[in-house]
Amino acid sequence: MSTADHERLVVIGNGMAGARVVEEILQRDAERFTITMFGAEPYGNYNRILLSNVLNGSQKIEETVLNPLAWYESNHITLHAGVKAMLIDRERRVVVGNARRRDAPPYGLDGHDPRGVAIEEPYDKIIVATGSRPFVPPLEGMGKPGTFLFRTLDDCEQIAAYAKGCRSAVVVGGGLLGLEAARGLLTHGVEVTVIEALPQLMAAQLDPESAALLKTTIERMGIHVLLAKSSSQVLGEERVTGIQFNDGTTLDTDMVVVSAGIRPITEIAKESGLAVERGIVCDDQLRTNDPDIFAVGECVQHRGVIYGLVDPIWQQAKTIADVLTGINPRATYLGSKLATKLKVMGVELASMGDPKAAHPDDEVVVYREPSRGVYKKMVIRDKQLINAILLGETDTAGVLTQMFMLETAVPQRRADLLFGTSTGAPILSVFDLPDQAQICNCNGVAKGKIKDAIMIGKCKSVSKVGVHTKAGTGCGSCKPLILQLLEVYAGEAQDDPTEHYYVPGVPLTKPELIAAVKAKSLKSVSAVFRELAGGKEDPGSKPGLASLLKSLWPHDYEDERDARFINDRVHANIQRDGTFSVVPRIYGGVTSAAELKRIAEVAEKYNVPMVKFTGGQRIDLLGIKKEDLPSVWKDLGIPSGHAYTKAFRTCKSCVGTDFCRYGLGDSIGLARKIERRFQGIESPHKMKLATAGCPRNCSEAYVKDLGAVAIEGEQWEVYIGGAAGSSVRKGDLLCTVNTHDEVLKYMGRFMQYYRENGKYLERSYGFVERLGIERLRDVLVEDTEGICTRLDAEIEAAVAAYKDPWLEAVQPVHASQFADPVPVAATGNQSHEVRS
Amino acid sequence: MSLHTLQRRGGQTMGLQQSSPKRSIHLGPVDFIPLGEGRAYKVGEIGVAVFRQRDGQLFATQSQCPHRQGPLADGIVGAGTVICPFHAWKFDLATGRCAAEGVTLRTFPVYELDGRIVIELE
Repeated sequence: MSTADHERLVVIGNGMAGARVVEEILQRDAERFTITMFGAEPYGNYNRILLSNVLNGSQKIEETVLNPLAWYESNHITLHAGVKAMLIDRERRVVVGNARRRDAPPYGLDGHDPRGVAIEEPYDKIIVATGSRPFVPPLEGMGKPGTFLFRTLDDCEQIAAYAKGCRSAVVVGGGLLGLEAARGLLTHGVEVTVIEALPQLMAAQLDPESAALLKTTIERMGIHVLLAKSSSQVLGEERVTGIQFNDGTTLDTDMVVVSAGIRPITEIAKESGLAVERGIVCDDQLRTNDPDIFAVGECVQHRGVIYGLVDPIWQQAKTIADVLTGINPRATYLGSKLATKLKVMGVELASMGDPKAAHPDDEVVVYREPSRGVYKKMVIRDKQLINAILLGETDTAGVLTQMFMLETAVPQRRADLLFGTSTGAPILSVFDLPDQAQICNCNGVAKGKIKDAIMIGKCKSVSKVGVHTKAGTGCGSCKPLILQLLEVYAGEAQDDPTEHYYVPGVPLTKPELIAAVKAKSLKSVSAVFRELAGGKEDPGSKPGLASLLKSLWPHDYEDERDARFINDRVHANIQRDGTFSVVPRIYGGVTSAAELKRIAEVAEKYNVPMVKFTGGQRIDLLGIKKEDLPSVWKDLGIPSGHAYTKAFRTCKSCVGTDFCRYGLGDSIGLARKIERRFQGIESPHKMKLATAGCPRNCSEAYVKDLGAVAIEGEQWEVYIGGAAGSSVRKGDLLCTVNTHDEVLKYMGRFMQYYRENGKYLERSYGFVERLGIERLRDVLVEDTEGICTRLDAEIEAAVAAYKDPWLEAVQPVHASQFADPVPVAATGNQSHEVRS
Repeated sequence: MSLHTLQRRGGQTMGLQQSSPKRSIHLGPVDFIPLGEGRAYKVGEIGVAVFRQRDGQLFATQSQCPHRQGPLADGIVGAGTVICPFHAWKFDLATGRCAAEGVTLRTFPVYELDGRIVIELE
């Protein structure tokens, strides 16, 4: 790759902030910069937040790796791992780095390898992401064997290794990280004491009352806590034997871990003449006083604040990426509000805002339940939440955090915020979810990705979000959530006209399309593209059109096989390894010994890897090669069970009056009649049916697309729009009738209405919900539109047109219909010239 | 790249110079592939999917989708694209590119010669 026309970006620091800002930049414009990174630690990049999990053994080091070395390679990033940047020479516009000895102590100014060669990297732009180092209070004897800091992966490994030979440990520092370290040490079987100089734990997050309660909770876990104790000296000659305090008292211990907060690493900035106070001083674009040098992360002092949490740092990284790539040269970062959660096993704690911020006239809501260790507090000013602490029970932490972050007005009933609403209704909706929360469970799409598609990718409609991220393109049940996200992040969801088209490639709604197809008498998919889509083929629209045309012209539809999905070309269901599954038709789920024998023989003859019963009371032969399909069908001698297509699938049944002592109606007889009549009827999506001989519903008829349930008084109830898949819904009662024939009549009527009015791939439950059961009863039972006679005639015609697709075993539509990959010899004509 | 693209257009090649050795492989009659569909071939160890669009244009790509190895020849074809039957990843047949997922299929020059399909392997 040529580098001449790329700007050179040097990132100093390879921690979470440095790597994140690079990711954000690559996401916006992967071509713009030639990127070089300096990292003093000899690793790729890892998630420091998970360090305490490494210490307590619940995660392995490898699991904390965010960007392995291969990531740098594949993104063409030069990583100087184990090289410390020493100086920015702003006159020569180069960054000077020095290789560090592998055994060099972290954070030190020395430690560079004297044999190492100085590295110089020229730059156009720099991002300083040097992070922070642990603050070590003045403590004599620090550095002798058995004393540790708690900050890096190396620290974690060393602490864990050393703890094996220890009986007791002291953690200096009762803040967030100190407590996490203490809990981690406990898992190594040592007796742990936490020493805090202040009179309470976690002073940055807790008020004195909650801190006292937390102390009790932690002591119950077996961790000792000493408050208002200043340590002065680590005791012991060759290794640690104890610790001495300012008041003269001592405590025996085998090791000392210091976790007393962080201080920004600013030497290189100072050395290079950048403005530094407590941290590197940055403006609202994270620019230092040199316009070509930016800073991000824990080394930054922004509006007087230094942030040590990831959320603010992610926001900073986004701002820099927007500015540097020119996506939004005026992007600004205006500071962050802070919310934390304590990640200590056995302690639930969430805190947001400054616990010392309260004014005398603020509204303070407190709930205490000391016996369970529960404490909940909110401070509200001008209807806005300015501080909250949840200890012992954090169910509503998500909502509170969002209210706090977004500065929304809190609801009238304050109690809802601490305990949830009595009805279980959400207080806030998608707001509650963090960026990594999965919205689309079918395609594994997280909220953050959808948010980016809306805000960066400029997707303004549910379908655009789907094209961009695949969210909502599986079962579709997350679409309402995507809609909410659009309303939140784009102001409103735009109506995408293509959402109303029957298929995206033909700009007509279903009724318009049907009218046009009938008016022009279009009988093939290619004719529809030619006449109604300006001659432009759209492959994604083909199966939908094929399904519609077949239902509109049951007898003279011009079948173009390329318009079908592969399942419908070979009448079997394609599996993840490219083989197919074969499900023979078993009417009503009732088979015979002879049929079972034939199926067993086929399974043996073709070495079928799996024979399985389906949820629809059928037998599934899985793992059959495409070219074996015709002979498998011939050997079976049973018609297709249509288990691969958008059509009537199955009607299962319970044993009904034949054997069951509770049976009220002949459910088996009915199921077989239903299946004989409607087999192969195509529809917008699959239809799964069942009949139940009594309301005990053994065959699950209440949750089927169509179901019939026998009730007392020799009657049948007909249900429509039930579901028990990715959505679960009890069907709606369409009507109650007296005979099998009437059940068949109303079921057929509903099927035809659904075939005509359902959107392609809309399941019956979506269709019934969209139209409403009252309207469907009016149309299909009361005949308010006078179409029932026509519907009955149309479904009758479709039934009459049924032909078993497996007959194509004898008469394939094309010689290569069932061809597996054709082997060809790899030897060809060697030629150096090009044919003409 | 540009040579491949030129060769693919309309199944004809232009009078271009090129030096790397090529093997022309005959895959059999073009009628083997129904109009608008694809079929898979195994050339030695190399899986190749050949597509015959409704307008007669031919395309050839690697046979498996890079996502979960879906058989692309079983996909739905049209407007110079194929949709994988497994998870509906959509590829441009001329360039092999799947824009949404940022991956690219290997493509092969392919043309029709006396009613037979010929592809060129390097």
